[in-house]
Amino acid sequence: MRDGSRPTRRLVRTLMSEPKIKGRFKLRTSALRAYTMLLALIVIWLFFQWATIDQHHPYGLFLGAVNFSKLLQQMAVTGVLAVGMLMVIVCGNIDLSVGAVVGLAGGIAAMTQGWGVAPSLGAAIVVGLLIGAIQGTLVAYVNIPAFIVTLGGLEAWRGVILKLTKGATIPVEHPFFRSLGRDFIDPRIGFGLAIVAVASIAWINLRRNRARQRHGLKVLTVGAIAARILVPSVVIVAFIFLMNKAGGVPIPVIFLLAVALAGAFLTANTTFGRYLYAIGGNPDAARLSGINLRRYILAAFCLMGALAGLASILHTARVGSASPDAGNLMELDAIASCVIGGTSLMGGRGTVFGAVLGALILASLDNGMSLLNVESWAQYVVKGGVLVAAVGFDMFGRRKT
Amino acid sequence: MNPLLEMREITKSFPGVRALDGVSFDLNKGEIHALVGENGAGKSTLIKILAGVYPYPEYGGGIFLDGSEHRFANVRDSEKARIAVIYQELSLVKDMSVAENIFLGREPRRFGVINSERLYSGAQKLLDDLHLAIDPLTPTRNLGIGQQQLVEIAKALSQDARIVVLDEPTAALTDSEVETLFVILNKLRARDVAMIYISHKLDEVFRLSDRVTVLRDGRTISTNATRDLDEAQVIAKMVGREVGQIFPESTHQRGEVVFEARNVTVEDPAVPGKLLVDRVGFTARKAEVLGIAGLMGSGRSELLMAIFGAHAGRKSAEILVDRKTVQINQPADAIKHGIGFVTEDRKRYGLILDQTILKNMTLAGLRKLSGRFVTNDDAEAVAGERSARDLHIKANSVFTIAGTLSGGNQQKVVLAKWLLTKPRVLFLDEPTRGIDVGAKQEIYAQINRLAESGLAIVLVSSELPEVLGLSDRIIVLHEGRITGEFTRSEATPEAVMSCATGHARRAA
Repeated sequence: MRDGSRPTRRLVRTLMSEPKIKGRFKLRTSALRAYTMLLALIVIWLFFQWATIDQHHPYGLFLGAVNFSKLLQQMAVTGVLAVGMLMVIVCGNIDLSVGAVVGLAGGIAAMTQGWGVAPSLGAAIVVGLLIGAIQGTLVAYVNIPAFIVTLGGLEAWRGVILKLTKGATIPVEHPFFRSLGRDFIDPRIGFGLAIVAVASIAWINLRRNRARQRHGLKVLTVGAIAARILVPSVVIVAFIFLMNKAGGVPIPVIFLLAVALAGAFLTANTTFGRYLYAIGGNPDAARLSGINLRRYILAAFCLMGALAGLASILHTARVGSASPDAGNLMELDAIASCVIGGTSLMGGRGTVFGAVLGALILASLDNGMSLLNVESWAQYVVKGGVLVAAVGFDMFGRRKT
Repeated sequence: MNPLLEMREITKSFPGVRALDGVSFDLNKGEIHALVGENGAGKSTLIKILAGVYPYPEYGGGIFLDGSEHRFANVRDSEKARIAVIYQELSLVKDMSVAENIFLGREPRRFGVINSERLYSGAQKLLDDLHLAIDPLTPTRNLGIGQQQLVEIAKALSQDARIVVLDEPTAALTDSEVETLFVILNKLRARDVAMIYISHKLDEVFRLSDRVTVLRDGRTISTNATRDLDEAQVIAKMVGREVGQIFPESTHQRGEVVFEARNVTVEDPAVPGKLLVDRVGFTARKAEVLGIAGLMGSGRSELLMAIFGAHAGRKSAEILVDRKTVQINQPADAIKHGIGFVTEDRKRYGLILDQTILKNMTLAGLRKLSGRFVTNDDAEAVAGERSARDLHIKANSVFTIAGTLSGGNQQKVVLAKWLLTKPRVLFLDEPTRGIDVGAKQEIYAQINRLAESGLAIVLVSSELPEVLGLSDRIIVLHEGRITGEFTRSEATPEAVMSCATGHARRAA
C-alpha cells in the first residue's frame, strides 16, 4: 500500500518478461505492514466484541451500530489531524502545535459566532492556515528545526487562547455549528452517497482499463475488473447500512472520509505528494532532481494548519463549547496514529490509509476499554504499549529482511 | 632485524570487487613511507585494515608488528598496538576544547571524576612539545582545518603512537600550514616515529618520504627508495595499465557547441576566501564526450555542482546554452535549460533508496512525464519500462526497491532518471565508481550510444583510463585550475597525469 499504485504495479509485473516467484514474494512483504495493521484492528475488534457479550447483547456490544457510530465520531478529529500530520512527517518534519491550534481556532470560531456561522467557521480555518504558514516559513525558509518551531507554537498558541478567552469557556450557540459535531446525515443521502461512490469506483476502473489499452499495456480480465469494483462497493454499502441503523452517517465522519480521500489522492496521485516522499526520503537527491524543497515543506505545514482548523470546528461542535484547554495533547494522538499506521518519523515512509487506520486502532482501544470500564491508568498504559509495540514490530520485521 | 610493521599478502574483497589482492607493505622506525596510487587502487582499504576498521578475519594475510602477528578485532585493538590513523575527514568533536579532544575517552580521572587540571596541563605539554601555539582551552570549532589537523597529530602522540598514518593530510591546508605540518613530521621522524603518508601530491611525496610504494588495482606495483625515483617514473607506475578493449569504438561525429561555461569560480563554503574552482571555462559540443580529469580535491565535482546551481557556497559563472546566456540559480533552472547531472555518490545524491526504481527514474522529469499536478501512473510505467529495457536494468520489475539493487544497476537507474528529463547536455560525475567491470563496460557503451544520438556529454572521472578511453577531448584540473587540454589522440596517461599532479601544464 506504500505507494497507492498497486493496480499499476500488478499490471506491469504481468508485463515483465519473466515473472519470478521471488518478485511476487517481495511484493507481498512491501504490503505486509498494511495487512498486519488491518489484522491487528480486526483482532482488537473481535476481542472487544467478545468481551462485551452480556445478557442484553448476546453477540456483543462493541460492533453494534450505535457503539460503532460513536467510535467513529470519536476518531474523526484525530483522524483529520492524522492526515495532515502524515504529510508533515513524510517530508521529514513534525508538528507538535496542532493541539494548541485546535484550541485556538476553536476558541476563535466560538468567539466570532456573532458574525454569522459561515464567517466564524471560515475564521477557524483561516487561523489554522495562517499558523501553518508562519510555522512552515520558519521551518523551510529560516531553517529552524520543525520540532523547535512547533514546540514553541504549542506553548505560544495556548497562551494566545488564554489571552483571547480570558480563561472562560464559550458555549456554541448556533444550531448549525453544533450539528456539525453531533448530527447525522439523512439515511437517504447516505444511500445516495453510496451510489455515487460505487459509480465512481466503477467509472475509475473502467477508465483506467481504457487508458491501459491506449498505452498498449495489457488489459485486465472481466473477472478482475468486476472484483475490483465489487469488493469496495460491498464494503461501502454495508458501512452505510450499518450507520443508517444508528440514524445515519455522523457528519464528522463524512468530513473525515472526505479529508482522507483528498489526502490519499494528494499523496499518491499528485506531483506534490511524490515530492513530499522524495524530500523525506533523501533531501539531497530531491534537491538535485530540481525539487524546490522549501515550497513543498511550507505547503505541507499550511495544509496541516488548515486541517487543524477544520478539526477544531468538529471538536468544538461535538463538545458544544470552546474551552481554553481544548485540544490538549491531540498532537500526540495524531502522531501516534501516523506511527502506528507505519509512518517513519525519519520521513519518506507512510500512507494516509495507514494513518487513518492508526487513528481507528487508537479510537477502538479508547472506546472498547471505556465500555469494559478499564481504569483510566490502565488505558494510558495500554495505549502507550500499543504505540511502542507497533513500532517495535516494524523494526523487527525490517531487520529480518 | 624485523621491520616495525609488516603487512604480508593482504587480500580483501567486497561484494563483486576484489579491493586488495596480495598487497605487501612494510614500515621501519623513523621512516616516512609514502603510499601512492590512483583512486580505487586500494590505499584506503589497506589503511582501514591496519586501523582495525575491517577486523580480522574479514581480510586475508597477516599484520606483523616487530615480527609478531597481530589480529585486530576492532579499532581499539589497533590503537592499543600504538597505531594512530589521521583520516581526511577529521574526527574531532567540534564543540569540545582542544584538550578535551586530545584526551577524549582517556581523560585523567580520580574516582571517576575528570581531573581538569591534569587534562589541560597534559594537553599544554603536548602542544608545547610540537611548538604549536594553540591554547588547549580553545573550542576546536574556532580552529582552522590546518590547526585541527595538527591537534589530531598531538592526539596521536598523546596515545604514544609509534605508527602514524596520514591520509591526504594536506588536502585542505594552505601553503603555510603545509610547511608547519612538514616541520612537525620531520621532528617526529627524528623521534623514531614511523609514518605512512598517503598523498596525490607527488611533490610532497618527494620532499618528505624515504620510500615510496605504488599500488594499482589492489596490487603492490613497486617499493623503492624515494631518491631512486623521479616523478615521471612514479606516474608511469601509477597509470601503467593497458587501456584495454573495454572501451567502445568511438563513432560519433561531433557537432556544434550547445553548452559553454565561462569563468566558473567557486568558493569553499567552509573556508571563506578559499577557491575550489578558479576561473574555469569549457565548451561542450553535440555528439561529443568531454572528459574532465583531475585528482581528488581538484575541484571537478564542485565545478559541475556550481554550474548546476547546487553549490552551497559562493560562486560565480557565466553559462551559455545554445550561445544564449542563461541564469541558473537552482537545479530546477538547469533542468529547464536541458542540463542533466548524474551526480557522484549515487546513494547520497542520486537515489531515494527506499523507493521503487520507477519512482526514482521519474523524479527529475516527473512533470513532463506524468502530469503537472495529477500524476499518470500508466504513462510513468510505460516510460520507466522502456528506460529499464534500453539501459538493461536487471531487476524483477520497475517496482523493485532501488536500495536492493547492485551498484551497477543503481547507477543505471540514476542515468535513466536524467535521460527521462530529455537533456541536451549530460554531466556524469564518477559514473562508474564502485561498480564491477561488467557494469562499467555497459555504462561505457551507453555513454558512447548517447553521444552518438547527439547528446553533449561532460564526463568527470578520477579513473584515468576511463577518461582517456571515452573522451573526444580532455581538460585537466589541478587545484581548481585548468592545467591541460588534450584531444583524444594527443592524450597519453603520463601526460594527463603530469598535468593532474600539477607537474606540467599544457595548452590545447
